[in-house]
Amino acid sequence: MAETLSSEIVDQDKNLWSGGKPPMKVSYGKLMMWYFLLSDAFTFAGLLIGYGALRFSMPNWPVPEKVFNKFPFADAELPLIFVTFMTFVLLASSFTMMRAVQEGHEENRKGVIKWMILTILGGFTFLGCQAWEWTTLIAKEHASIHTNPFGRLTEDGIYLNADGSEGEAFEAGQSYLIHNIKSHEAAHGESHEGGHEASVGHTEPGDYPDAFIDQEGYIHRKFKVTSGADAGQIQSEPFGPKAFGGLFFFITGFHGFHVFSGVLFLTIILINVISGIYVARKNGYEMVEKIGLYWHFVDLVWVFVFLVYYLI
Amino acid sequence: MAHDHEAGKKLALKTILVLAAITVTEVLIALTAKGYVINGFHMAEALLAVIMIVMSAYKAYLIVFEFMHMRHEVKGLRLSVLLPMLLLVWAVIAFFYEGNDWMERRDQIIKKNEQKPAIESIEPITN
Repeated sequence: MAETLSSEIVDQDKNLWSGGKPPMKVSYGKLMMWYFLLSDAFTFAGLLIGYGALRFSMPNWPVPEKVFNKFPFADAELPLIFVTFMTFVLLASSFTMMRAVQEGHEENRKGVIKWMILTILGGFTFLGCQAWEWTTLIAKEHASIHTNPFGRLTEDGIYLNADGSEGEAFEAGQSYLIHNIKSHEAAHGESHEGGHEASVGHTEPGDYPDAFIDQEGYIHRKFKVTSGADAGQIQSEPFGPKAFGGLFFFITGFHGFHVFSGVLFLTIILINVISGIYVARKNGYEMVEKIGLYWHFVDLVWVFVFLVYYLI
Repeated sequence: MAHDHEAGKKLALKTILVLAAITVTEVLIALTAKGYVINGFHMAEALLAVIMIVMSAYKAYLIVFEFMHMRHEVKGLRLSVLLPMLLLVWAVIAFFYEGNDWMERRDQIIKKNEQKPAIESIEPITN
């Protein structure tokens, strides 16, 4: 018994070099999927590390939970709640994907179909959420890849009223959103975020005692600085760091594109599962495993986007 | 095989519940640290960052090892995918250190810019 075992091992060692034996004990396709994901991880890491370095270099970088505090159909400010919901959607779709792979191991075609459909629905829900988030930023708050209306005050000061007198005071570190006269016209009569009513009266670009309105309609509120080297000066709220918009739209867009292509491939593989091609090939639904790896990776990247963009 | 399948189902459910619990905890800690939960209470930003990075790293571990089945791959595959990630640890430290240095030298840079002949400013508001 022992003899046959050891001779088998010797045979195996000889055969290792005669081909046909995957050294990592996975198929070529799965191995290459792992290495593709490794390279993709470096791409995302490059983007996120660049974001982190720029953010740490600027004192006026916007505070994320002040930027991302909107929720569909709710007027109240709900910091981070919507992105947390998006995280749950993606995590849940990762769970359904894992179940699909497990049903694949059982050769249970119906199970695979059921769980893959749920995964695709999860992917679409996530994309819908992201579309809503982008729409809010672009259409309502007038952020774009080159104009960032979100900023953070770096000195203490007092906002000026419409007649030039001193109004409410603020401390360094407070966040602000530069409103646009376009959204004021649209939202006329509705409540506005703290203290911005002062500028509602102006509808034309120009230089007013309480605000400077530029040609694009952004209302830069004016304030008197009360601390630091510029104390006593009258300044207007500057735009936030330009890099913020570009990085946000590029990184979440790049991730969203991964989700979108994931949904496409899931759909293609679902059609193949339904057609029964994997049963005929007798390869144990390996394509489902491969797209599963990709889908979990998309979830993994979101964990880090969530970390550096919203949590810290 | 049927037994394996049941165990796998349980593992998937357990993993997703742990991931969801960590996410909820993360958001609660972040909101507390930023003064939303207890009025006037703030946590040091660096401490918050460390807590968040550790918790997210654990989430990443769960996704890779349970969802992506890395636990059951051979050692060679595990190492060939995970070892290169160590490069990123250094990249994070180096670039965040660098970003912080830019921040600290900001005044110095502004002073140097003022010494240069003034370039005609087009916009009244600049960054």
